[in-house]
Amino acid sequence: MTRTLAILLRNPLSALGVLLITLVVLAAVFADVIAPFPDHRGAVVDFANFNKAPGWPYLFGTDLVGRDLFSRILYAYRISLFLGVVVLAVAVPVGVTIGLAAGYLGGWTESILMRVTDVFLSIPPLVLAMSIMGLLEPTLFNGMLAVTAMWWPWYTRLVYNLARGEREEGYVLAAEVIGSSRLHIMFREILPNCVPAILTKMTLDLGFVILIASSLSFLGLGVQPPTPDLGSMVAEGAKYLPDSWWLTVFPGLAILVAVFGFNLLGDALREILGVDE
Amino acid sequence: MSEPTLLIRDLHLSFRTYTGIIDVLHGISLHIAKGERVALVGESGSGKSVTARLIIGLLQMARGTRVDGLLQFEGRDLEKLSQSERHALRGTRMSMIFQDPTSSLNPVYTVGAQFHEVLRRSAPGIGKTQAMERATALLDEVLIPDPARVLASYPFQLSGGMNQRVMIAMALANEPSLLIADEPGTALDVTVQAQTLKLMRDVVTRHGTSVLFISHNLGVVREFADRVYVIYKGRLVEQARTDDLFDNPQHPYTQALMRAIPRITGGGIPDIEEASERFHEPLIVHESCGEPGGAR
Repeated sequence: MTRTLAILLRNPLSALGVLLITLVVLAAVFADVIAPFPDHRGAVVDFANFNKAPGWPYLFGTDLVGRDLFSRILYAYRISLFLGVVVLAVAVPVGVTIGLAAGYLGGWTESILMRVTDVFLSIPPLVLAMSIMGLLEPTLFNGMLAVTAMWWPWYTRLVYNLARGEREEGYVLAAEVIGSSRLHIMFREILPNCVPAILTKMTLDLGFVILIASSLSFLGLGVQPPTPDLGSMVAEGAKYLPDSWWLTVFPGLAILVAVFGFNLLGDALREILGVDE
Repeated sequence: MSEPTLLIRDLHLSFRTYTGIIDVLHGISLHIAKGERVALVGESGSGKSVTARLIIGLLQMARGTRVDGLLQFEGRDLEKLSQSERHALRGTRMSMIFQDPTSSLNPVYTVGAQFHEVLRRSAPGIGKTQAMERATALLDEVLIPDPARVLASYPFQLSGGMNQRVMIAMALANEPSLLIADEPGTALDVTVQAQTLKLMRDVVTRHGTSVLFISHNLGVVREFADRVYVIYKGRLVEQARTDDLFDNPQHPYTQALMRAIPRITGGGIPDIEEASERFHEPLIVHESCGEPGGAR
């Protein structure tokens, strides 16, 4: 662990990734402490200070009802990260299990599981998430559901391909010969050999999940006001460009920082763990 | 004579494919007595490995395979056993060694952890310290100098020869009565292969384990086996004690196989006539040359 961190920090790009992610995570976790106006995350109105340009005490300016943008971005990070983690926590086990089963068991199991996966993959991801959100009420829970539904097939694909390769390895045959169960071979023999690739993809994806969730709320299909969300903040501010530029630029930059950070970290992990594209 | 460890009578195997039925084994009969080392020799595709997989019982589970004939292990008809009874034999009463020792071990676990796994097959409740003690003793037996270090290592940190020894020790960990060695050490270089084979011979002799040794390498077979079966295109064409077979091969195919060994003295790779008609003739059974009680 310490060694991995040392390698990460040696490369300037991955060090930047670590720095950005650390900042984002700290901002999300300690939002209550850092935010100058914690109550601005909710339905607060302060018309005396509405639409203020960045300055003191409103570092990133205020929005159209006078709420501090900086505080709201901190809380929006909290929601974005929570959403990202939950989506991956559900999508990865589901996708990985299906991929392992299809890759190792083969035959009809493989055909059925992979064709179902292909159906999900054939629909453009954002369209799939949008149609699910269109059918359901736009809440945080449904948002996570929609993003999860479009996310698991990619893990199935990844693990399926890896498992197909591992299945031919001698140790799988050896395990079969000593009478290990199929579940044991799938989860205890093959899965550990796929972990580096899965881990790398998860790190990369955390950024993309945040991006997709923001896209959904940008379109008005995600988290609803007054809950702060980066995507809806950008959408709201876009109406007042270029005059009130801070309404769009700072939430947009916030998204950029998170996605960029996770990407750098993911790329670095891929190199360290020796995962091929 | 007591019950042979393995008795195969008139074993047929065919695969059903899209284009029709392909016959792979055309009635094989062989036996392995207790503690006997028997080699099965033949060229690629002659049916050596499928025979091994049939004995272990893995091939029967694959779709589209049809098996016919008697497979008897320690006096029990394997085809009459239930799935779970067969399962119980695997890894405990019979075990197997493969071509490439390094890929036969999972790279993400230490050798010790994999030993523990193997030992749990026969003693499900075995603890870590106990397993490590047993593993150390086993590794000692295959002359591994520093067992503790090897047990803490990952397979890719060890050399091929070391891994081969580990595989041998693992295969014998549960005191199987039958060890199937499918071209062991073919992936190793010749000197290491010779060393480990000698070692394997010593260890199985000490344990009284019966061995089915599958190989295409007659030189190796000569050093290792008590008795040899020659298999060609899914048929056993000759069976003899190792010395007799090498001194006086009877079947035209066996003779061709002998001639095919490249000589170190030069003269190039010998010319071998392509499969002649005579290869397919059944062996004329001389006294004690054919399989006793066999189909032909």
